[in-house]
Amino acid sequence: MSFVDYYSVMGIQKEAKEDEIKKAYRKLARKLHPDLNPNDKEAQKKFQQLNEANEVLSDPEKRKKYDQYGEHWEQGEAYEKARQSQHRSPNEGRQQFAGGADSADFSDFFNSMFGNSGEQKHRQAKFRGQDFNADLVVTLNEAYITHSKTLKIQDKNVRITIPAGIENGQTIRLKGYGGKGANGGPDGDLLISFSIPNNAQFKRLGNDLYITVDLDLYTAVLGGEKTIETLSGKIKLKINPETQNGLKLRLKGKGFPVYKKENEFGDLFVTYHVQIPKNLTEKQQELFKELQKSAQ
Amino acid sequence: MEFQDFIPIEIFCQEHGVEVSVISSFGEYGLLEISNYQEISCLCINQIENAEKLIRLYRELEINLQGIDVVTQLLDKIKKMQSEIVYLQNRLNLYEN
Repeated sequence: MSFVDYYSVMGIQKEAKEDEIKKAYRKLARKLHPDLNPNDKEAQKKFQQLNEANEVLSDPEKRKKYDQYGEHWEQGEAYEKARQSQHRSPNEGRQQFAGGADSADFSDFFNSMFGNSGEQKHRQAKFRGQDFNADLVVTLNEAYITHSKTLKIQDKNVRITIPAGIENGQTIRLKGYGGKGANGGPDGDLLISFSIPNNAQFKRLGNDLYITVDLDLYTAVLGGEKTIETLSGKIKLKINPETQNGLKLRLKGKGFPVYKKENEFGDLFVTYHVQIPKNLTEKQQELFKELQKSAQ
Repeated sequence: MEFQDFIPIEIFCQEHGVEVSVISSFGEYGLLEISNYQEISCLCINQIENAEKLIRLYRELEINLQGIDVVTQLLDKIKKMQSEIVYLQNRLNLYEN
């Protein structure tokens, strides 16, 4: 638990008057309000700090106590005395924004100094709880199939099903797993953003997959077959004679499953990378020279 | 839609401590879709989240209807741009190791 400088949170001087506090609060609330900064965790954190700072500084009694003991709250006795003598003060003339969040979500410092008076609601209106955001990393292979994962959310194990085809950066919403609602309002939701890095072999764009396949020079020149590994199993490719380096082919329906659409798949794009042989023997060099002569 | 998919505006307003006129003006301004179910003005459940957001902007930040309209339009633009960024990042990944 560390000391929170409420004056710097609100960007005001220690001598700030009531109307300056109000003005600073309004200005910052407009900047940091969660509805105006969706998915911005930093802004949401700052907004909570702002509410906390306003809760203290806009209440003369709390402000006095904060000014007196705030910075030295660890120096027990006097602080403890002050804490024990605390009583709830009227909220007239003060404003508290919920911002879709649970305004009781104050710092340990606040709760230690002022008890849980921050939980006091200034309105009886019911509000939905704050939406929580979480990031989840899923491998490309995992994202290829519908699978389940168990997440720990607020000390509860929640089993979620991740549909095949989920995209990198896509967000899914779990209803009711967010912050507690205010005044009996419904709980917020949990928004899970998925991060799906490409693996060494495959790259993905939308529902299409891209793969580069190494081809030895001889197969590229003379043709043949090549077996490649895809996310759905092995595929045998027929290589035409005189296949050029960089040739790209499209295998329809061999890409990634389309999100929430059964039996629909994107395409697989294969790019051939023809490898020039290394460490040729003398005999091989001779043969290549012969080839060169025949081509001139 | 079924009856359980709607909440009468009057009940919604009681729950949220707002005047019915506020919700009606959101509707008139095109910020909220107000439905009529058996001649009762209602909000469809998929509109509730939006309605709560509008109330917060209106009441907590004291933004007027025109302001809210601008804010919601800009937020929509941000959302679109964010999905475009994700798409472009994914596309860029194709060319990066």
